Amino acid sequence: MQSLWTLLNDPNMQWIFISCTLLGLSSGIIGCFSYLRKQSLMGDTLAHAALPGICIAFMLTGTKSLLLFLIGAAAAGIIATFGIGFVTRHSRIKHDAAMGIVLSGFFGLGIVLLTIIQHGSYGNQAGLDKFLFGQAAAMIGSDVLTMSIVSVILIAVCFLLFKQFKLISFDPGFARGIGYPVAFLEQLLMLLMVVAVVVGIQAVGVVLVAALLITPAVSARYWTHRLGAMVVLSGLFGAISGAAGTLISSTAANLPTGPLTVLAATALFFLSILFGPQKGLLAKQFIRLRVKRKLELDQSQLHAKARVAAAETEKGAAL
Amino acid sequence: MTVFWILLTGSLVASCCGILGAFLVLRKMAMIGDAISHSVMPGIVIAFLLSGSRDSMLMLFAAMICGLLAVFLIQTFQQSGIQSDASIGVVFTALFALGVLLVSLFARQVHLDQDAILYGEIAYVHWNVWEVNGVDLGPKAVWLLGVTLVVIVAVIGLFYKQFKLCAFDPALAAACGIPVALFHYLLMGLVSMATVSSFESVGAILVVGLLIIPAATAYLLTDRLGRMIVLSALMGIASTFLGYGAAVVLDASIAGCIVCAAGLLFILAFLFSPSHGYIAKKLRMRKLIETQ
Amino acid sequence: MELKQRSIEAKAPLTIQGLSAAYQKKPVLRNVSFSVEEGELVGVIGPNGAGKSTMMKAALGLIPRLSGEVLVYGKPYKQQRKLVGYVPQRESVDWDFPTNALDVVTMGRYGHLGWFGRPGAKERAIALESLAKVGMADFAGRQISQLSGGQQQRVFLARALAQDASLYFMDEPFAGVDAATEKAIITLLQELKRQGKTVIVVHHDLATVQEYFDSVLLLNVELQAYGPTDEVFTQELLQQTYGGRLAFLDRSRNHSDMLATKG
Repeated sequence: MQSLWTLLNDPNMQWIFISCTLLGLSSGIIGCFSYLRKQSLMGDTLAHAALPGICIAFMLTGTKSLLLFLIGAAAAGIIATFGIGFVTRHSRIKHDAAMGIVLSGFFGLGIVLLTIIQHGSYGNQAGLDKFLFGQAAAMIGSDVLTMSIVSVILIAVCFLLFKQFKLISFDPGFARGIGYPVAFLEQLLMLLMVVAVVVGIQAVGVVLVAALLITPAVSARYWTHRLGAMVVLSGLFGAISGAAGTLISSTAANLPTGPLTVLAATALFFLSILFGPQKGLLAKQFIRLRVKRKLELDQSQLHAKARVAAAETEKGAAL
Repeated sequence: MTVFWILLTGSLVASCCGILGAFLVLRKMAMIGDAISHSVMPGIVIAFLLSGSRDSMLMLFAAMICGLLAVFLIQTFQQSGIQSDASIGVVFTALFALGVLLVSLFARQVHLDQDAILYGEIAYVHWNVWEVNGVDLGPKAVWLLGVTLVVIVAVIGLFYKQFKLCAFDPALAAACGIPVALFHYLLMGLVSMATVSSFESVGAILVVGLLIIPAATAYLLTDRLGRMIVLSALMGIASTFLGYGAAVVLDASIAGCIVCAAGLLFILAFLFSPSHGYIAKKLRMRKLIETQ
Repeated sequence: MELKQRSIEAKAPLTIQGLSAAYQKKPVLRNVSFSVEEGELVGVIGPNGAGKSTMMKAALGLIPRLSGEVLVYGKPYKQQRKLVGYVPQRESVDWDFPTNALDVVTMGRYGHLGWFGRPGAKERAIALESLAKVGMADFAGRQISQLSGGQQQRVFLARALAQDASLYFMDEPFAGVDAATEKAIITLLQELKRQGKTVIVVHHDLATVQEYFDSVLLLNVELQAYGPTDEVFTQELLQQTYGGRLAFLDRSRNHSDMLATKG
């Protein structure tokens, strides 16, 4: 506890803490829309696909800057999205397999490039492998600043375009009908997802960053039926996970931030699945009992009705 | 000799994954395969900690339990109303995170670092040999993979018609009295087993590449299930040879290069397959328009 | 009358008692009971969401039941599986699956092969014969995605024939098929009937009900009516089954008017 307190007094650590919280918040919010659009695993694919983009950006410029990585990863993410769409449209390969092919293919390429960088003469390479599992403590001042600003921008865009995103998640056909630029909005949402994934990579890592998009959104779904509330809750869950992951990871050496953040989010998920008032296990058990009782009641009523009817026909026959 | 062992190991991984991958692709469970390959992590680490060795039967067993647990959790969440994509995502990230955390906490005990999780150590397979009374019997990884391959071929061979019907029409399979759930979990168990056996050589994530990519390539090249399975294994083996060559030239990760080679073969099949390729389809389309 | 009913039930091809099933919160099938006589073609009619497919799936144990009992020739369904053939809706399978028509039909024999048996020459012969019966012998080697919708439906029927069952469940075999297939199916149904087999068909097209079926089962979550077609397929009972939603009944109304004048 003592060490935790001293950590929080360290201004550098405070910044890292704040930026990871913001990251969790923004990912949670965007994750809601990708969950509702049934694209949860797209985040995973984009994260894996980002690796070769980051490596190529590094190989071309030789510098380690988050902004450059963002550009490289976004380009790779867009190629990956396009690839999945192209393969599913033009062959008998289904969406899940296309996603698996692109995900593992890009990741394989990323690993190849990463090993080339490590074996090669790129002086500034130390730390690139931290991208795989995330190490928030390894971030430097400019990274932290970029991450915070980008997260705030993401949150702002979602806030401003809330009703548009809501409609294209629920009924894209109708959105097109009332004149929304649906294709543009869909691409924008995808771009926001890429950005969220890339800024998250340094803190959570390529392999696990998708969890920040998926788990808080699923957890939030258990508490409410309203999108507005769901987005807020999901952001909150994400923020708590990011904060908890960063804090715990900084208490000991050699504890990667990514797994801790994900496990914090998973813990919240389990709480939700148990106690969520909408679809939680306890609530469901309760509803099931009620349906069963209602069915039994109906059936006994039915029997009573049938008896009455039978009695009446008998009466009719007697007459 | 080193090259021989590396290629043999790679080919065995490719065969195990290729056979099972065909069923995963046909059952639209590619991402479940991905989830299993991530989820076996905690099982592997726990078995390491318990047995103190990295090639025990305990490891196979523990990892299989973890894989099946992941499948079970995914299905339970799906049935409780979570979208299938999201339930896959929640489960595998949680289990993988647990595995990575355990590795980080007990790194010294398990002789396993985070890199090995990602790349595997196929280049070093020949260092870890199995010796009986001083006789060198070859790398342990080859034995492990060989046993896995025999099990897979035996189970799939014996119950081929059940696996086929469960993949094509589970409703009819159930109506015929085939225990669909049993065969589902049997397949998932085999996938977990293949993942664990391959883990040491190619790492947890690139296994997915060998499970899905060669099977998808084969799917574009043939219209018979039997041929698809054989072709899928062959595509994986071809990727191993191509990838190893590329890795030597580029001085890069062998496992990464193998998956890239598999990806390349897929792109070739996607473009040039005579029956289902992009170009063949476009040509047929043009002919159709011209004749009209 | 009641005594006779009971003696039939003892060896009736299908007896369903108090069958209920639910998805999530809502019961979609409530307390359905009926018994089918041997050699009958039964049409199951009802609006969308009335639980027609659900009834079949629950009877076959493909979805869990809340309550109820299913007897096939007087014994529980599980002991009589080989006597039951099932034709699922066409959309229920992936037609891109790498296999050909003959192979799909051979799958109909899997239930008879036991755990380790493999399909051999005998199964192949049965499958080819079944394909010929639905007029698809020339397409035996064709990849299934290259068949038209009607041809795919006929392959499914051939597969059911290969099952060599005594009681068949067919889930909307007439949905979206061409005229040739419709004719092939109805010829086949008549042939099955002649062999003394019992067929239960989920059906949508009210205009052809009187032509195709001996008995009609009207279903809307609960059993509305069941009996010989000319007794049950009346405007009154249809109105009751479909609620107020029966705007498209013009043709059927003419039919029932005709019935009324005949009566």
